[in-house]
Amino acid sequence: MDFALTEEHKMVQEMVRKFANEAIPIIREYDRKHEPAPLLPRMAELGILGVGIPVKYGGQGLDYISLGLVCEELEYADSTLRVVMAVHMGLCAQTIFHWGTEEQKQKFLVPLAKGEKIGCGAFTEPGHGSDFAHIQMTGRREGDYYILNGEKMWISLATLADYAIVTVRTNPEAEKPHRGLSTFIVDLHSPGIKRGDIKGKLGVRAGSTGWIAFQDVKVPVENRLGEEGEGFKITMTAFDRGRYTVAAGAVGLIRAALDASVNYATERKTFGVPIGQHQLIKQKIARMARDYEMGKLLYLKAGWQMNEGIRATRMTSMAKWFATEAAFQAAHDAVQIHGAYGFSDEYDVERFFRNGRGSIIYEGSSEIHTLIQADYALGYRRDKPLRIELPPYDPEEWQ
Amino acid sequence: MKIVVFVKVTPDTAATVKVDDSGNVTWGDAPLVLNPWDEYAVEAALQTKEAHGGSVTVVSMGDESALEAIRRALAMGCNDAIRIDDPALAEDDTLSTAKVLAAAVQKIGDVDMVFFGRQAIDGDTGLTPAQTARLLGWPYVGLVAAFRELDADGGTFTAERAIEEGRQVVASKLPAVVSVAKDYGEPRYPSFMGIRKAARAKVPVWSLADLGIEAPAVKVRLTQLMNPPKREVQCEFIEGETPEEIAEKLADKILAEKVL
Repeated sequence: MDFALTEEHKMVQEMVRKFANEAIPIIREYDRKHEPAPLLPRMAELGILGVGIPVKYGGQGLDYISLGLVCEELEYADSTLRVVMAVHMGLCAQTIFHWGTEEQKQKFLVPLAKGEKIGCGAFTEPGHGSDFAHIQMTGRREGDYYILNGEKMWISLATLADYAIVTVRTNPEAEKPHRGLSTFIVDLHSPGIKRGDIKGKLGVRAGSTGWIAFQDVKVPVENRLGEEGEGFKITMTAFDRGRYTVAAGAVGLIRAALDASVNYATERKTFGVPIGQHQLIKQKIARMARDYEMGKLLYLKAGWQMNEGIRATRMTSMAKWFATEAAFQAAHDAVQIHGAYGFSDEYDVERFFRNGRGSIIYEGSSEIHTLIQADYALGYRRDKPLRIELPPYDPEEWQ
Repeated sequence: MKIVVFVKVTPDTAATVKVDDSGNVTWGDAPLVLNPWDEYAVEAALQTKEAHGGSVTVVSMGDESALEAIRRALAMGCNDAIRIDDPALAEDDTLSTAKVLAAAVQKIGDVDMVFFGRQAIDGDTGLTPAQTARLLGWPYVGLVAAFRELDADGGTFTAERAIEEGRQVVASKLPAVVSVAKDYGEPRYPSFMGIRKAARAKVPVWSLADLGIEAPAVKVRLTQLMNPPKREVQCEFIEGETPEEIAEKLADKILAEKVL
């Protein structure tokens, strides 16, 4: 067993770390203004938006582990940067890479991976998140088109994306609700689409989170991903990819909370000594250090599984569940270590705390992941082979 | 144009460098990076290649840790790389280093320009570029901030030097050695394509025998290294009822302490 990162992984890490460090002052400014930070063009220019896709589809030819490392570095700076990778790459580009026809890959994946177009995943609805099988948005077949009607909610990059992966109900008569769903690649500039950002969010304030309303939106049949009725399975695999990025990002947030706490605890003095020498501060620091290592091992294992072509649903769920809860705990402890200063935006830990709360809810709440893990352990849940499996990483094929 | 850029691996600028009890310089487990000043040299070399064609070879002298710097330069866009390493180079000074680097330039052959960073952040002498130029018998233009003209076919160039008093414009002939100042402009990020290429690159290692030279004599030896003495710092808060009153007290204090 080799725990060492390759030279390539280390250089990717270093490069994205440099970008993330440069982005931090911009993030602070836009988080305060509660406006999306204008960092997408720079991420596209640097090729970050193509990590996790082979070169022949416009990507950078870097493997799934690289994608995790990139997410860790981005969320070290701010969750909004990692959110971009979760939805643009995890939910959108990699779902097309997994399920798309060659024509769909050429038409949609290539510009997404090159960063010429921005993608998102539109799954959650105002009344349906965890209970995804019962979503209400509809798609009615009319000749060579589907007519989409309904609303999607809590969609990251809703107002910035060009394309969305959208799952809707195409067969209301299906015996089991989840078998009546189909998934589409939708051009968000199509007539009948309205969208907007949600205001008043607790965290991810430097990013776009919004709603998309569809009224009689015509989507060509050739934009359907997979078969009709396959939407639930496709969406669940999209969640696998999204959860992987969230898990890796949360590990970055733990590291950010840890670094900030160590810096503060070695400088700030109470009772004549640096507060790092107090046992209850040590306990918090130790927990962050432990959780960073544990979260990292979990997401790297999931990345390794995807590289090898091993189904990673169980591992991405576990990594996401553990890392996001640990990240929120770390941010909470970091605020406590900073005392009153942690309660103000003078220090970044206040932002970490607000951002860390969201990821316990999105991409599968902790409650959902708890049930998933219990069902795997109890033998109630098994991964069945998919009609199309996620392509493994092949160093030759991906170049 | 055939361009060579010399780089060095140094401790990260964020590292805490100190002298340990055995008198050796240590930076703990801080990572080694491409000398930050050398990033500007790589950028200038790559821009020169992009404007005038040719290739950029990155060269570094050192043990395997030098690969950190070499890979970074390759990922930024250098075409190929050479590492110079030999047990006889365990001890060196700037002049002995310059002799080795000059020999490398001669072995590469037909080189038009040699780029250096202005200095390395560890030794901080900034002597090696000029010494290398002297040994090659080529003109040396230090602290280049920009090239106004470069005629590769005619073998001439005009450069702006960033000096304390401002900018100095210098005309020179090729081949030449230049060192590059920060004013040249921000170094580019490594590209992911470049990273993939750099990570897989097999970097040839040249020994002194490959260069056809003996180990150069070392004339400068560091006899003792020590940490700088601790400075006593006292902090005094100037207080007052209004900003104007505080400013007045502060000004008086500055004058009394002969700061101004």
